[in-house]
Amino acid sequence: MAITPVHVEGIDKGSIMLYALSTCIHCKQTRKLLDELKVAYDYLYVDQLSRSEMDEVLKEMEKVNPRGSFPTLVINNNKVIVGSRLDEIREALLS
Amino acid sequence: MTPDVSENLLDKRHNELIQEAKKSGYNLNPDTVFTRGLVEGLLINANRYGYESCPCRLSLGDKESDLDIICPCDYRDDDLSEYGACFCGLYVSDTIASENLPAPVVPERRPLASERMKKSSSSVPAGGLPFPVYRCKVCGYLCARNNPPEKCPICKAEKERFEIFLR
Repeated sequence: MAITPVHVEGIDKGSIMLYALSTCIHCKQTRKLLDELKVAYDYLYVDQLSRSEMDEVLKEMEKVNPRGSFPTLVINNNKVIVGSRLDEIREALLS
Repeated sequence: MTPDVSENLLDKRHNELIQEAKKSGYNLNPDTVFTRGLVEGLLINANRYGYESCPCRLSLGDKESDLDIICPCDYRDDDLSEYGACFCGLYVSDTIASENLPAPVVPERRPLASERMKKSSSSVPAGGLPFPVYRCKVCGYLCARNNPPEKCPICKAEKERFEIFLR
């Protein structure tokens, strides 16, 4: 991806990428959980990108979540969790 | 989130939405912190785009293509009937509201962009209506949608008081 996501330092649990919206409460809850778990992760607020960057990121994101909905969390490029399914995220990151 | 939404404005819009919902038989999510987060998102979107599009969906800033996600969105009532909450959780069913339950995770039902383009013509298919028409047996209010509303927006009768009027 040419667009650089924001990196949050923390415990290395592999690659954790969160596609989010700055206005979305579910995205906020997901970020809060990641912060609480103190894991290192990257996130992008897709609504704050320019239109061309947005299109590029959406294309990437739709490969793992065709509906293009938020939040979309991608763990180690294979596990995808759509929506603020906090228990599922916790389980995936603590196991 | 951002400093451009004042507490006063947030209080005002939140109260307006609670009153409007009550009047028409809907419930706003009783979780105040959660709901204020959503109302803040609506106000940010109103500033950004000129309309209150869903804070949990990506707006393209083009009103015509965002019309279906301007709050209350086209998908609210189907989500309320099926899951007890709308996609973002701003509106909830009577049960969730009265028992103060957390809003469930609601999957996105908005069609993909490619499908939305195709659906733009609202022609009636041969042999039937695109939606059944429900009739409130109390006041005669008619609505064409997949399920009757939780409460009649006119006379506040419960959804059990609705009958199928046209199919």
